[in-house]
Amino acid sequence: MGSSADKPKLIINGKRVDGRGFSEMRPMKIEAGVLKNADGSAYLEQGKNRILAAVFGPKEATPRHMAKADRAIIKCRYAMAPFSSLSEHGRSGPNRRAVEIAKVIREVFENVVILEDFPGSQIDISIEVLQGDGGTRAAGITAAAVALANAGIPMKDIVYGISTGRIDEHIILDLDMIEDNFSDADIPVAVSPRNNEILLLQMDGGMTKEQFKEAIGMVMESGKTISKIQRDALLEVYRKEEKRHEKNKKQ
Amino acid sequence: MGAIDIIKSMHVRDLIVEGKREDGRGLMDFRKIKVETNLFENAEGSAMVDLGGTRVLAGIKMDVETPMKDTKDMGNFMVASELLPLAYSEYEAGPPNPESIELARVTDRGIRAGECINLKKLFIEEGKVWSVFADIYVLNYDGNLFDASALAVMSALSTTKVPKYEDGKVVREDRSASLKLDNFTVSTTFAKINGRIAIDPTGNEEGALSSRLTISNDGKVVRAVQKGISGGWKEDEVYDAIGASLEKYKELRSHIPKVR
Repeated sequence: MGSSADKPKLIINGKRVDGRGFSEMRPMKIEAGVLKNADGSAYLEQGKNRILAAVFGPKEATPRHMAKADRAIIKCRYAMAPFSSLSEHGRSGPNRRAVEIAKVIREVFENVVILEDFPGSQIDISIEVLQGDGGTRAAGITAAAVALANAGIPMKDIVYGISTGRIDEHIILDLDMIEDNFSDADIPVAVSPRNNEILLLQMDGGMTKEQFKEAIGMVMESGKTISKIQRDALLEVYRKEEKRHEKNKKQ
Repeated sequence: MGAIDIIKSMHVRDLIVEGKREDGRGLMDFRKIKVETNLFENAEGSAMVDLGGTRVLAGIKMDVETPMKDTKDMGNFMVASELLPLAYSEYEAGPPNPESIELARVTDRGIRAGECINLKKLFIEEGKVWSVFADIYVLNYDGNLFDASALAVMSALSTTKVPKYEDGKVVREDRSASLKLDNFTVSTTFAKINGRIAIDPTGNEEGALSSRLTISNDGKVVRAVQKGISGGWKEDEVYDAIGASLEKYKELRSHIPKVR
């Protein structure tokens, strides 16, 4: 969070800086199956966020001492590209922040992937932030869930992620970078929509219990929209495949 | 290398003796090339290149820095590359390995030796110069990362907008000036497979090659060369490759957008 001295006006006439309402998400677009070598992949755009997620596996777990006899292990990577931010050139590879994010994302997927189906195996999840504009860990989860489904990995559910937070007395959904920098609270959340279980929850700032309730309520409501975008992206892969087959038949 | 990879490389080796390739190309044909630019508004420049199944992204950032001690009147140009784990099942996360460092350095050399960026023009004032950072992000591996990366970085540079520098501050919201480029280089990579030479090797062909030769040129002269892998090249083979490289300039150059 930035210092309050240089805090810009983030709410003007009941609208946010980019003109959105408080509970309004940025436009989201997902395309599944975008990479040839990966077993599953997804490209996500959410406002200015550009995120690529890919999955390899299940494959033999390496190094062997990491393997679990009764289930698969998940390895997760989250990294911001050195050219992903509007400010100066970043360092390549995961930093301490990215390592923590990768850990909490891994724990989300350990909840929903049916790991017992693949003893001794490993599933790799890669999340590459090509352009970041706030809420990238949540968006990374939304993309990675589609990539896992695209890879045909059995899961209990397709999870989604979105961030919520507070600016002054207003609870808002899906904070962008400016809001994230100057907000009074920032809360990335990931949810399993089949039972609305919260699988990722982080926060810094200040929130009352009532404000928290309002924020999580917004997340659950937005889940309907996000889940639909995720499902449509997966269906589109098969629609394209179908069209391709029909075209081949005619020839 | 798994059993399937060995079978594929045997197949590639058998084909090339008859002058054939796995995808039906001639020995001196490039795969289909697609270049997209201006993909990200946060970066000062960006480009994505599809070279057959190989997909490479290049992003450009520019920062104001203190100059290097030995080149106080010049800006800096730095290239880094990442063989992302999502690009290929064999790639692993971690610090840059020798392959990744070679890729970045060879790409850097082709562009630097071609004097494409006029580093003297990146001087701002005493103790202040622009640094140009080019980052190569390999998104899908199917051979010939050298030529795809060179094309991606050149294309990203040619669409790069320089932020305004005002009162000691970089104003990235105001990026109206284009980065001036004085020259354009292209890269051509030749694979020696079972005694025959083919341009633009696929992933399977790279699994079968005994040696590799990468030649960068600007349409007039050779600007940089890198020989890789243990096999050797005869003098005449090198001269033939240089000739073929120069002949490919026009075709490759046509994919690099003009500086606006």
